[in-house]
Amino acid sequence: MTEQIIMAGFGGQGVMSMGQLLAYAGMLEGKNVSWLPSYGPEMRGGTANCCVIISDDMVGSPIVTQATAVIALNKPSLDKFEDTVVPGGLLFINSSLVDRKSVRDDIQVYYIPANEEADRLGNSKVANSVMLGAYLARAGSSVTPESVIEALKKVLGSSKQDLIPLNEKALKRGAELINE
Amino acid sequence: MSKVLMKGNEAIAEAAIQAGCRYFFGYPITPQNEIPAYMAKRLPMVGGCFLQAESEVAAINMVYGAAGAGARVMTSSSSPGISLKQEGISYIAGAELPCLIVNIVRGGPGLGGIQPAQSDYFQAVKGGGHGDYHLIVLAPSTIQEMVDLVQEGFDIADQYRNPVMILGDGMLGQMMEPVEFKERKPRQLPPKDWATTGWKGDRPRAVINSLFIDPQVLEEHVQRIYKKYEAIKANETKVECYNCEDAEIIVSAYGTTARIVRSVIELAAKEGIKVGLIRPITLWPFPADTFSSWVERDHVKAFLTVEMSMGQMVEDVTLSVGGRKPSYFYGRTGGMVPNPFDILDEIKKIRGGNR
Repeated sequence: MTEQIIMAGFGGQGVMSMGQLLAYAGMLEGKNVSWLPSYGPEMRGGTANCCVIISDDMVGSPIVTQATAVIALNKPSLDKFEDTVVPGGLLFINSSLVDRKSVRDDIQVYYIPANEEADRLGNSKVANSVMLGAYLARAGSSVTPESVIEALKKVLGSSKQDLIPLNEKALKRGAELINE
Repeated sequence: MSKVLMKGNEAIAEAAIQAGCRYFFGYPITPQNEIPAYMAKRLPMVGGCFLQAESEVAAINMVYGAAGAGARVMTSSSSPGISLKQEGISYIAGAELPCLIVNIVRGGPGLGGIQPAQSDYFQAVKGGGHGDYHLIVLAPSTIQEMVDLVQEGFDIADQYRNPVMILGDGMLGQMMEPVEFKERKPRQLPPKDWATTGWKGDRPRAVINSLFIDPQVLEEHVQRIYKKYEAIKANETKVECYNCEDAEIIVSAYGTTARIVRSVIELAAKEGIKVGLIRPITLWPFPADTFSSWVERDHVKAFLTVEMSMGQMVEDVTLSVGGRKPSYFYGRTGGMVPNPFDILDEIKKIRGGNR
């Protein structure tokens, strides 16, 4: 099985670290993974993005052109990547910042008010974790939230371990929103 | 040791340090800046020296000096910066000094762009600087292989007293993959008794030099270096063949492009098309014999070289194929990365006789 994910948003929304966490967690579960960031002029115009691949097989091209899932944290990202979702794939939209609906009717679309939910948890910076929690909760993910927390422990330095409970809550909240 | 998730550029730097490299001289340029950044942070912790030179020309000459003194030394840059270093590289090759040069290639010519490319192949494998010489050019296609080849590269450089180049690209530099820093067996290397470490009267003076005014002496010098190249060709050529048994079309690609071709092979298999991959790991020496061994097979109908350039390695492939089978090219350039589906279309065109 191969998950091919594009995560995109404004610079500062944490899409790069969200992708790294997911790749790290996949690695901890013994999968083959890759993480590829956009860099340079690609980032202008509001879409910092990264491609994450999690696979049982060797990862070929690290570029995702046919996404099994797209996580869009802002409108330019939705506009840019909506078409790349494969039929039957998943699209997660941060409805706090995106005021339109998806035009696709051949995919599964989830609207997650990630910023509002993050604010409610007390820190708007964990909107990315809310989105990631939603992604992990949908059927068929090969990565568990536990592995993401494990990855977070390794990625965050010893001085930032206090951020883990908040992120854990955010991941959980994202999962609840999917199942509601 | 367990696996860690690392960016290609950082993995190169860590691998170099673990291989005993203690000197880094460079000048910043995208998309390889994580290498000097990592070195700046880590080298002082292990008793090494990181120096950001005033220019690429200065940096490569610092490498020349440190290599002459027998140190494990490296520099890294990206395409335009490597062009600036060519004079020094030619001197280092002429003076027969070991060092590691990393080129994280971006689109060119000129200042070009900052996205991944493979358009420095000619520069890397055919000389680049002036005079008769070769670099040993290693082309990793995964981050793990980058780590392994950096460590191996230092040993190869020392063994043959010749500069080694790691030819990567912006994508390999920027992407993250799991890597393992394995316990490795270093090669048995000759002592660096040629190094200029200060003369104390106990041995002949060591002289590092690339100037030979007498043409007869220079010719002998170059011929001796070329004899060494024959040994390098015989001992160090590395190549990976994947899925070539019963392949109808053999695609040739290196580095990032080889990964993309792996994806193409899967797509093709789903449509019942048998595609193989010959992936040169050493670009110089070029694995010409491997192509020769597949070219005579009846099941192989044609060769297709895929590059992120207008077609450079394809010349070496075509030479190796030697007119015995058709040799085609497909490439994107300027920082554009070939799409697996477009490569598959090319393969279909070749099969259908539409090329």
